Amino acid sequence: MQQLLAWIPLLPLLGFLILVAAPLFSRRELPESISAAIGVSSVGLAALLTAVVALTIFRQDPSAVLQVSLWQWLNVGTLQLGFDFHVDWLTLVMLAVVTGVGFLIHLYSAGYMRKDPGYRRYFAYLNLFVCAMLLLVLADNLVLLYLGWEGVGLCSYLLIGFWYKDPINGAAARKAFIVTRIGDTAMAIGLFLLFNEFATLNIRELLIATGSASPNDSTITLAALLLLGGAVGKSAQLPLQTWLPDAMAGPTPVSALIHAATMVTAGVYLIARMHPLFALSETAMSAVAVVGALTLLLAGCSALVQSDIKRVLAYSTISQIGYMFLALGVGAWSGAIFHLMTHAFFKALLFLSAGSVILSLHHEQNIFAMGGLRRKIPVTFLCFTVGCACLAALPFTSGFYSKDQILLSAWEYYHGFNGIWLAGMLGALVTGIYSFRLLFLVFFGDEGSASAHCEDANNGTMTLPLLVLAVLALIGGLLAPPLQAVFGEIQPLHPAFWVEALAIATPLAGLAIAWRLYLHRRRPLAEPSALERFWFSGWGFDWLYERLLVRPFLFLARINRNDIVDALYRGTAAASRLLNLLLTSSQNGQVRWYMTTLVAGSILFLALLVAL
Amino acid sequence: MTLLAIIAILFVGGVLAWLSERLFNHGSRWITLLCLMLATALLGRYWGDFTSATHGSSGGLWWDSLQLTWIPRFGISFFLAVDGLGFLMMALTLLMGLFGLIVTWNEIKFRRGFFYFNYLWILAGVIGVFSAMDLFLFFFFWEVMLIPMLFLIAVWGYEQRTYAAIKFFIFTQASSLLMLMAIVALVYLHYSNSGQLTFNYRELLAAQIAPTTAYWLMLGFFIAFAVKLPAVPLHTWLPDAHTQAPTAGSILLAAILLKTGAYGLLRFTLPLFPEASVAFAPVAMSIGAVSVIYGAVLAFAQQDMKRLVAYSSVSHMGFVLLGLYALNTIAIQGAVMQMIAHGFSTAALFALVGALQHRLHTRDMAKLGGLWTSLPKLSAIALFFAVASLGLPGLGNFIAEFLVLIGSFGSSQWITVVAAIGLVGAALYALLMMQRAFFGKPRNGNADTADNDSVMDLNPRETIALLSLAIALVILGLRPQPVFDVAAPSVAAVIGQIDTAKQAHGTEKTTPTVYTSARGGWPDSNPTGGESP
Repeated sequence: MQQLLAWIPLLPLLGFLILVAAPLFSRRELPESISAAIGVSSVGLAALLTAVVALTIFRQDPSAVLQVSLWQWLNVGTLQLGFDFHVDWLTLVMLAVVTGVGFLIHLYSAGYMRKDPGYRRYFAYLNLFVCAMLLLVLADNLVLLYLGWEGVGLCSYLLIGFWYKDPINGAAARKAFIVTRIGDTAMAIGLFLLFNEFATLNIRELLIATGSASPNDSTITLAALLLLGGAVGKSAQLPLQTWLPDAMAGPTPVSALIHAATMVTAGVYLIARMHPLFALSETAMSAVAVVGALTLLLAGCSALVQSDIKRVLAYSTISQIGYMFLALGVGAWSGAIFHLMTHAFFKALLFLSAGSVILSLHHEQNIFAMGGLRRKIPVTFLCFTVGCACLAALPFTSGFYSKDQILLSAWEYYHGFNGIWLAGMLGALVTGIYSFRLLFLVFFGDEGSASAHCEDANNGTMTLPLLVLAVLALIGGLLAPPLQAVFGEIQPLHPAFWVEALAIATPLAGLAIAWRLYLHRRRPLAEPSALERFWFSGWGFDWLYERLLVRPFLFLARINRNDIVDALYRGTAAASRLLNLLLTSSQNGQVRWYMTTLVAGSILFLALLVAL
Repeated sequence: MTLLAIIAILFVGGVLAWLSERLFNHGSRWITLLCLMLATALLGRYWGDFTSATHGSSGGLWWDSLQLTWIPRFGISFFLAVDGLGFLMMALTLLMGLFGLIVTWNEIKFRRGFFYFNYLWILAGVIGVFSAMDLFLFFFFWEVMLIPMLFLIAVWGYEQRTYAAIKFFIFTQASSLLMLMAIVALVYLHYSNSGQLTFNYRELLAAQIAPTTAYWLMLGFFIAFAVKLPAVPLHTWLPDAHTQAPTAGSILLAAILLKTGAYGLLRFTLPLFPEASVAFAPVAMSIGAVSVIYGAVLAFAQQDMKRLVAYSSVSHMGFVLLGLYALNTIAIQGAVMQMIAHGFSTAALFALVGALQHRLHTRDMAKLGGLWTSLPKLSAIALFFAVASLGLPGLGNFIAEFLVLIGSFGSSQWITVVAAIGLVGAALYALLMMQRAFFGKPRNGNADTADNDSVMDLNPRETIALLSLAIALVILGLRPQPVFDVAAPSVAAVIGQIDTAKQAHGTEKTTPTVYTSARGGWPDSNPTGGESP
């Protein structure tokens, strides 16, 4: 079993290596079918192995834990790290999401990316991503986790900039990598701090060591906040959320896999994994909750006014991850992970359906050019509707179960009415509005300018994943993972009846508002109000960072391009040359000049003698 | 005798290479290849000895040594020795020498014999530097590696080669004269204290010098090594020298010659002047952190791709300085790892820029762009090394920088935080380089790339050379422990000196007049650095 477990990340890695090394052995490009077969099957096998592990070990026993040590990584001074894996139910949920949803998206990609000149490269990157993500969730120590963490960041960079010929894609890719790396650096400093305080970076040992620390210890708080810095970068939360909307420059299945289902939820996983540390510090907990609450509102409002189908989904992803952070901040650990799982299902579904729409419309992404598509691409319409219903958390969809749990926990955690809960409720309303706005604008109403050229682009490898995800998104609410062994028993929630009722009614209200505003009346694009423009630009964060950070840095770099320090040495050189010039000019070969100076010198000398 | 044989092979091989060029064409580089392989094989024997010896734990620090009298009147001997640190550095030297030779196999068009003569003599000098345990001999080798390098830049360099060569020479020579003064003063003071005239490193370790004097002498050594490293603000020779040198020269400079500075700090400055080093550590760490940031910002601003790589070296070597002066095992091990990993990654990047220059006749990134379409292999390999350079976990550079930072965090939190910002800086310049040269629209405008398809991608020779470095970096990233095990005793010895000094420093504060605590000489074997189970 231990051997099997190691193969889960190893299989995608092998796929990556084969795909990358192919040109070394053959002059001709691999046929698409072979690239796809390698890329898809490696992840498919990993998913199968995960299922085997889950069924044989974890199905019966919610408290099962699996430890695998592969080899000693390094052992220097007091720092000891191993390539060790730790699997409990939390890991298992992540493994299932990464390999399961990952497999479906790989399968979809095989159809979606057809005829792309970078087909092999695409699957190589995608496989590497899955490997890194699996290492991230399997890691038993924070440095191995960091390895996966940066690895997925690299793959995200490579895949956002996959169509490298367009410099805009390259800029989006670099922005994604650099903004997340700012978070990663904070996280790295957090690791330094933890190691210097507790002399270990093994997660379990660390949590035991911190357990004996006094609550609200400032070091603990600082360490937790630094880890939160890493989490907000990776998960595109305030104030490092700006990279995710731009990251939509990548191929749509990439957005589904990396920027919706898996990588962006790594921050949630990190905090959930380190939850005893966060629970020790009230400051850190409130910070997590506030970040989540603010982000979900800000991103929700931005999603309301976007015109690009993928950007709507990107902002909604930021907003939904905001819910997960909110859940973490109120101690609803399993609620956060549950929502992570259901979100992976329905958001992957939404992105893949959006991919079908985009492909059917020959790469049109403007929702105002769409409309009336429900009859032209019925399967996609069906799947998209399911996705929107889950996203809006209509009753009995998977999104409802997980989000409801989060909102009720927020109510309970602060013993009744509070700002965090209110933000969550407002966000639920906004979510309802923008989800159905999207659905209505794309599939209902009159045909837009692009709808006329619509050809259903779905084929077998694309339809199957869509349908499977649609089923998962619908029934996902029944699959709540047994996480009590990891997070402790959940206290049953007993909120007032009206709180419960409100939580059910809010998404419906959102639906009603969207119905009223967008179903029949196509809002004209012209003349957006100032507020709309502000929301459209993502609350001006890009504008602010551009002026606060980017431009000063570019200015500094530009003025110092020739290295101011070198001026010192160039100055010295110039001074000696000047001196040289002065001295050589005295030796000009003219006897007259020599005589004059000789006489002048003698007179000076004599004068000095006389004076003395 | 093996050490002497390695050095002799390189010296004699250089002369043979020069002579052979007159007899038959291309003979010189085959002779060079042969000599390097022979030297590597000889050095490789130590590895076998080491792996079998550790299990028997033979104790002593030196794996091998050779001491011949040279100028007995002044206590100067021909003393060569190798320990773990020296072995790693020599292995790096020979491997990078091989890499530089193979990857630029066809690049030298004129006076090949003289080129390879210089090439081998540089390597001989560096091997000498890494094995000399007599300060006079060390200085001798230190100078030997300088002159051939000067020729390499001045004869086979690019546009501004003369300027770069003179600048390189003046910086290095001026600073090494400071070191010579410090060496002579150290020996003299030791002589006047103990009545024993010697340049022997091990005996000088026990020298008793008044703190103020020691501080000045330490500075003499430090500056010489900091110029070589290079550390801001003594770095400005480097961008010019690296950029103007021929590819093989840049590879030697970056991969090996910079490491002599770091090695000197670790081997001489720290153990010879432990108290002064402890006192100086905050300054040196700050210089290191400043170098990290400053180098990264300047790398970001460059147009010339080779200059970008050169400034990235300043940034990376800042980590070495930071790690060495953090004065603890983790950080120093990280610095040692950084010397090796930076050697590999930067050598590869210089080779890649050289390959581009060879094909497209420009290093100006404004004229490059979209190369992925026409040169997919070269671009993919460049991506790998760019990513290694920005410190991606799983590769050797990450292990190095992570250990340096986590170790120095214990010594000084704020300096470490500043240096950690360099991680973002590295991402900035490395990704910008990728974008400007390899991504974007393929350019057809410039003269030599009118038909992009005609440009040859990497040939098998280049591919194999570069891929072996890539694999080496992956191994260093995933299984770095052997390197740490080899370096551990040497690092432990330095740490031992430092710890004694720290304690002395502590007692000095309470009783200021007493300065008698004898420094602990040379601990035989004190491996705190980690053993593999």
